[in-house]
This record gives sequence, structure tokens and C-alpha cells, in this order.
Amino acid sequence: MTSLEFAQKLKARFGDLISEPAEFRGEITVKVSEAEQIVEICEFAKKELDFNYLVDISSVDNYGEDPRWTVIYHLRGLAHGGELRLKTEVSEEKSELPTVTKVWQTANWHEREIYDMMGVRFRGHPDLRRILMWEGYPYFPLRKDFPLAGKPSELPGVAFTKPAPMAGGPFVTVAGGNDAIAREPRVRIPETDAVELNARVEARGDNKETRGRAFGPGPIEPKK
Amino acid sequence: MPDIQEIQIHDPAARAALAVEDLPDAVGEKMVLNMGPSHPATHGVLRIVLELDGEIITKADPDIGYLHRGDEKIAENMTYTQFIPYTDRLDYLAPLANNVAYALAVEKLLGIDRDLPPRCQYIRVMCAELARISAHLLGLGAFAMDMGAVTVFLLTFTDREKIYNLAEAISGARFTTSYTRIGGVMRDLPPGWLDQCRKFCDEFIPSLNEIETLLTRNRIWVDRIRNLAVISKEDAIDFGLSGPNLRGSGIEWDLRKNQPYLCYKDLEFDIPTGSVGDCYDRYLVRMEEMRQSARILQQCIQKIPGGADNKTKEPVNVPDGKVVLPPKQNVMTKMEELIHQFILVTQGMNCPPGEIYFGHENPKGELGFYIDSRGGGTPYRMKIRAPSFVNLSIIPKIFPGCLISDTVAVLGSLDFVMGECDR
Repeated sequence: MTSLEFAQKLKARFGDLISEPAEFRGEITVKVSEAEQIVEICEFAKKELDFNYLVDISSVDNYGEDPRWTVIYHLRGLAHGGELRLKTEVSEEKSELPTVTKVWQTANWHEREIYDMMGVRFRGHPDLRRILMWEGYPYFPLRKDFPLAGKPSELPGVAFTKPAPMAGGPFVTVAGGNDAIAREPRVRIPETDAVELNARVEARGDNKETRGRAFGPGPIEPKK
Repeated sequence: MPDIQEIQIHDPAARAALAVEDLPDAVGEKMVLNMGPSHPATHGVLRIVLELDGEIITKADPDIGYLHRGDEKIAENMTYTQFIPYTDRLDYLAPLANNVAYALAVEKLLGIDRDLPPRCQYIRVMCAELARISAHLLGLGAFAMDMGAVTVFLLTFTDREKIYNLAEAISGARFTTSYTRIGGVMRDLPPGWLDQCRKFCDEFIPSLNEIETLLTRNRIWVDRIRNLAVISKEDAIDFGLSGPNLRGSGIEWDLRKNQPYLCYKDLEFDIPTGSVGDCYDRYLVRMEEMRQSARILQQCIQKIPGGADNKTKEPVNVPDGKVVLPPKQNVMTKMEELIHQFILVTQGMNCPPGEIYFGHENPKGELGFYIDSRGGGTPYRMKIRAPSFVNLSIIPKIFPGCLISDTVAVLGSLDFVMGECDR
């Protein structure tokens, strides 16, 4: 059975709820006119038409149009190899549709991602939290009215509650502080290297008598 | 002088009695342990909040998104060609395969995916298979290292290094290859590359045999991962697993066979499947897939139209000036080609309005691109179906009941990469 036949079976069962199947590049897409019915349709597709594998759920923001959201389900039957795409639309005021997690468990994370990125809620979802952005992030970044450069937001306060253990030391970067070269205590400038080395040897009292010692330069003796 | 403190030291019997007194408070109390995001066995920045009863995991809650860069948002704001380098950074262990997957998706939208020149198809298949070997080798090496077998990691990296050399020879970059272009590849194979590739295949199989002697019948390895984190067929389908994780559970589904693209129809290879669905099966499936990939590579070297030096001048790009950049020589001398070049660089190729989904059998599973085009050179919306993202969603299902020391084995056998998961 081809994908087109599956789509026609779906149409025969649900009638006006399902649009005429559209074909593009060999893929069949049907529109579901009422988003509230999506669970029923998905259950039928899984049980009767053997679409046991949900490949993906995507979402599109039709900014400036009504209804604003499109949610797209990619169905596949591993036994027969057929594929079908279901599309449904949700208005901006509602921004909610029922979850299909009870049909395919994999929908869980896909729906969480859509909620996180677009702000469309899924009614009855067992655990509808943000997934890629952090809990408490105030925007929905894949909406068309969200700028590419992002918007300032407060980072969660859990990351840096205390100063770092060696803050102020030579190897810990402080925001707004000196850069690594300036902080590095052993930095050498090549031109002055020889001069500095001599000065250091002198300051240490590292002369011929002390150089031969087995364990380093030894205590610095004050100059007489 | 410090104050003197009185310390009470109990004899062993009294200590034991005290411990028994404290015990009832600890029984039944669950501990929450935070694993990651910077844990060596999480292979990136995966964080898992584990709830433990003693040493047994009772609940696992993966927390992802630490590497989220907004690739889908970025894709909406640039031309199709400009997005190619971003695909390198999805599954950064197999950038060549990602390049191929993305190029095929855009070509499907353009309607030219069936018209690719045969030489281009063979080159792309070789790229994808080299990437598969490279990614599986790393996954295997890291998996074994987490189990304490460090030698395997060193051995697999020796072979990966050769694949990097091959990638460098074709694309100029070892890691972020960006080798494919919409409608073809960046350039033809350099002279001597096929010989180098043949040499790699010949050396790789003995090397893989050596790795296999270290692991496959190793008592410690087998005891550690056998019957661990069993994923049933039903669960694997229900959770949308793909790639070796799906096949490890015994489902024979491979997009290269079931929905053949490029020239996979002309090549002979087998699809290995597991029987139990445990970590050991997933390991065995990956081992066999590498052998099959080497087999495909050897066939490609034999069959590639034009041969090593391409003396017959087989094209590697589709002959459509509105999709592929014309040769520089013609841009400088011909009006039409100059216009094509200008339009392609400034606006991108003119894609028809419509929506497509293309799934590619990547090393980690099915890497899919859903493109919603409203015409023009930029996608209106591009959704990336990342196999690692979907494969990780099964963690809350399979972790409970495992010991805490099993987590590294299970994560290693799932073989995910966070660059792709978080996008």
C-alpha cells in the first residue's frame, strides 16, 4: 500500500476532518482541520494503519497569519515502510493542543521542545517543562518575532553563587579583570630577558659558590 | 595554645550498636545524585539527575541543552549554502555524513536529488561510510575506556587518525569538513586518494580484528554489559530510536536499505541486528556495521565512474548553473555565468515553495531535515531531527533498576553526541 492510499483511508474514516492529500516530492501531506482531534487520528493511524513509528514533530510559526502555529507530525510504519505527514493548525490565542504521548512515547521530548522553542502547550503532557533552554527563561526563541541576536535575560543564579576557590590568584579569570598575560607572574618580555635574568641571579645571590649545591639555590643570603 | 577537646572513643561493640541505632533513619531514604554536565562518561555536556536507593537507580532525569546554539534559528537567517558549515558541528564525530545528509535534503527540495552525477553519488557514499567508521570507532573507544579498557581507545584513535588524513585530503580540513555543496561536492577527489582509501580499508580490518580480540570474548567486558539495559522491540519503536540502537533491539530498519538514496541500491551490504537488545548487542551491531562500511568502501573504490584519476572527466556536480557555482574561468569570461555566480552568492538558489523531510542514515541514527520553504534562498523553517536527541529520551525508561556503576556502560552503548542533541 502506498502512502497515498493510507492517506485516502484516513480520509475515508474521518471525512471532512482530513483535507485532500497533497503530494510534493513524493511525500504525502494531509491537513487536519481540528487540532483537538489529533489524538484520535493518530491512534487510528497507529492501530489500523500500522504507523507505529513517530519520526518527528515539528512546528512552524506563521507570524502575521492566523492561525499562527502549525504543528507537523511525521509518521512512519516500519512494517510497510509508508510515510505520512499530518499537519494541524493552532491559533495564537489558544496556543494549546492535546498531547500524543499516549500514542507514541517519543512524542514526549518533541513536544517539550516545541513548548520550549515556540510556546505552544500540549494538554495532558506528563512533564511539560523547558528542555533546551533553562527553567525560568522568559522567551520562546524560535518565534519569528524573537531576534536572531537574542534578548538579554537573567541567567539562573545557581551557577556562580560564591567566588571561585582561587579567585584573585594568578590562574583564575575574573570578569572584567586583567587578561591572562597581564596576570601571569612569570611573564617575560624577550628584549629584557637577559637583563632581568641577570638581575634575578644577582638578587638571589646565585654566584659561583652557591651554584654547585645539590638542592636548588638554597636560602637567599642577605647582602653584606 | 589551642583548647583541649575531649574525644570519646567507643570500643568496636559500642560503635556497632551506635551504627545500628542510626540505621533506621537511612533505610528507605533516597539520595539524589547529580551526574554531569561535566562528567567524563557523559561524553559532552549531558546532565542526569539520578535518584538512588543505595546503589540502585530508581529514577533518572536527563537535563540537556547545555550546548544549545540555536542552529534552527540560525538556518532561518542565511542561505542554504551558508548553513553547510553549521552541519559539521551537529554530530561533530561524523561531519562528512552530516554534510551529505544536509545536501541531500536541500536537493530533495530542489527536486534534483535523483539527477546527481554517478561519480558524485559514489563520492558521497564513501564520505558517509568513512564518517560511520570514524564515529563508531570513537564511540567504541570511549565506551571501552569508560569500562576501564584504555588500550582500545588508543587503538581506535590510530585508525581514526587515518580517516582524518583522508578527510583532510579531500576537503582541506580534518574535522570541520564542509565538503558537500548543494548539487554536488566542493571538488573532485585528489589524485591518489582512492589508493590511500584502499590502503586504509586493507589495514582497517586486521586492526578491527585486533580490537575484537580484546573485547568480544573478554570475560570482564561481557559480564559487565551483557543483559544490561535491555530495550525491547516495542520500546525501541515506541521511543523512536534509530540507527544501531534500533537495530540492536532486533529491528531490521536501515534507511540505506529501506529508502535507498544515492547509489546504495547498487552496493552489497548487510544490516546487522541484535537479538536481545542489551548493551552487548548494541556493541556487536556497531562492530559489524564498521565491517560492512569497509565492504561498501571497497566496492565504491572498484565501481566509481571515472576511476582514480577521472580521466573521462566525469562530472561531480549537477550541470545547473542556477544551483552550483560555475567554474571561475567561465565567471570571468561569460556574461550568463557571471550573473549566476552573483545571484547564487548574494541571494542563494531559488528554491520552490513546499515542504520536505529527508532522513539520512547517520552513524548515530536517522538524521532528518524538515525544510519548510516559502520560495527563495532561505528556509522559512528548518527542523533538525537529531538522532541523539531522540535516542537519549529513552534514559528515564531504561535507567531505573541499573546500578550506579552501570550508567557509564549504558551511556557508552547508546553512543550519543551532545552537539547534535542540543543543536
